[in-house]
Amino acid sequence: MGAYEPPTERTRLAIAGARANVAATLGSQPRGDVARNNLFAGLLLLAILIALAGLVALLTQAFVEGSSALGANLLTEPPSTIDTANAGFRPALIGSVMMMAFMIGLIVPLGVGAAVYLEEYADRTRWWNRLIEVNIQNLAAVPSIIYGILGLGFIVRGPLDLGFILLAGAITLALLVLPVVIIAGREAIRAVPPSIREGSLALGATQWQTTRRQVLPAAIPGVATGVILAISRAFGETAPLLLVGATVFVTFDPTPTGDNGYSALPVQIFQYATRPQEEFQTLAAAGIILMLVVLLAMNSVAIWLRNRYEQNW
Amino acid sequence: MESTSIGAGGPGPRRSLQAPSRRLGEKAIVGLLALCGVLSVLTTTAIVIALIGPTISFFGDVSLGEFFSTEWFPTFQPPQFGVLDIVAGTLNVTLWGMLFAIPIGLGAAIYLSEYASPRVRKTIKPILEILAGIPTVAIGFFAASFLIPIIQDVWPGDFLGGADSPFMALAAGLGIGLLVVPLIASISEDAMSAVPQALREGAYAMGATKAKVALRVVFPAALSGIVASIVLAISRGVGETMIVVLAAGSTPNFTLNPVESIQAITSFIATTATGDIAQGSVTYDSVFAAGAVLFVMTLAMNMISIRLVRRYRQVYE
Repeated sequence: MGAYEPPTERTRLAIAGARANVAATLGSQPRGDVARNNLFAGLLLLAILIALAGLVALLTQAFVEGSSALGANLLTEPPSTIDTANAGFRPALIGSVMMMAFMIGLIVPLGVGAAVYLEEYADRTRWWNRLIEVNIQNLAAVPSIIYGILGLGFIVRGPLDLGFILLAGAITLALLVLPVVIIAGREAIRAVPPSIREGSLALGATQWQTTRRQVLPAAIPGVATGVILAISRAFGETAPLLLVGATVFVTFDPTPTGDNGYSALPVQIFQYATRPQEEFQTLAAAGIILMLVVLLAMNSVAIWLRNRYEQNW
Repeated sequence: MESTSIGAGGPGPRRSLQAPSRRLGEKAIVGLLALCGVLSVLTTTAIVIALIGPTISFFGDVSLGEFFSTEWFPTFQPPQFGVLDIVAGTLNVTLWGMLFAIPIGLGAAIYLSEYASPRVRKTIKPILEILAGIPTVAIGFFAASFLIPIIQDVWPGDFLGGADSPFMALAAGLGIGLLVVPLIASISEDAMSAVPQALREGAYAMGATKAKVALRVVFPAALSGIVASIVLAISRGVGETMIVVLAAGSTPNFTLNPVESIQAITSFIATTATGDIAQGSVTYDSVFAAGAVLFVMTLAMNMISIRLVRRYRQVYE
């Protein structure tokens, strides 16, 4: 991307000079233009402020509504419709963590493999490589609920026929976020300068040795950032899980292959949120706070990784 | 040169610069890596296959004429499958979402690209990224429990039938708007930043104000990227599920009225496929038929957007 570059001193002088010149010969800028210019700048600022106000309102509302339910029971107790004061998210949290673990095992090798192939090996003039590329861009924008249908028709039933188990949820989420990992991985690999590869190849290393020992280690921070982004996307994803068996009310700790149901944190939040009674709304808000805290922690790690290991070649 | 041998050992058999073995391992690795790439194509193929089977069997039971009509009651006896009800629901929500998100997103993009100092930009962009990372179930909850009461309060009386429904398309639309503002802002800002500085300087030298430069020079020059961001945002809105389920209800309703409860394609899929529906029944198949409609709609928009982004990249880079 050709990033925007602020005008140089020379440019600024030239503009000021030209303006002065124009003003001298034609009179200064019309008053209306100046007023309109300021009005426009004000409107733009307003647009930004509205977007930020939306974010602030969302966070504030979750906190105001959910803070009364915050407590250790959110982590340690199962959901309940009777004892709502002590109800929590324990099975949902365990389900989410398990799914993330399985998912990471899938997306790291597959995503990095595809990224390495596209950046280091693929001949971009071949139609099939272009097809893969466009296809990944498109997959990144396919609605998440469609992945739920894929999971239902292909993983839960159909060819894989796993049934409504936690593992099916993990695979569905992996397919959903794989494009994120591939796109981030490609960017990280592309940022490694060609001189590193050329140096390695000139010393007699094969292409794979070069990729494995030089390119990949240098790309790790970028890849890790992409993987964390993918995990945080999957962690908050609800819709596809509803289709592949994440049951809305699970009161026992789930297992990877148990077919009596599993849940995930956002699914449990959804379940509380659909109940109109005040105590469930409070629990939903508390769950949202919990979810946002986890996401914030993950994103902080991603930013830290990026700043700590980022190399300027 | 002909007789020069490479490597130590003086005169001996001539050794080539070629690697001694054929490096079968390398080839296997390339194959494995290519397989990872191909997996993405297989995913798309699997999506199409998963949709197509039940969709075909659905159209064995339901005529095209009935499908493209307006009564959608798949779980009633007898069921009715007029998909235009839920298509209208999707468009209803997306319309209000875009009316909110396009001006806000583009305003933010112009501000970030043309007005903001590097320091302000460095602060605002990560905040917009946070907004983009908020899970949709949280936005849906916000829309249902915060926006709906506000809309009910400020709605002018009986206008459009009055806003006393507990679910409404407008709230879901605003939630979707909030969700896609960062998307529109970041892609449009990319496109505007890619416009060569010389174009701006030319306009300034002619005495144009900053607003004129932004609106008449940068904006048209970045138009394909801006349109791409909007198309992608519409596609996101059409495919959004949780916000719509939580805030817009599940009443099939052939209307664009913002204060009525509606059902979108996505919310139909999410609420129906979770129930205990028998595999192979018409209702089960109708989930996939609705999914096929959704997939075709979003696919078309995604392809347009990918094309447009490529175009602006080609022009300026």
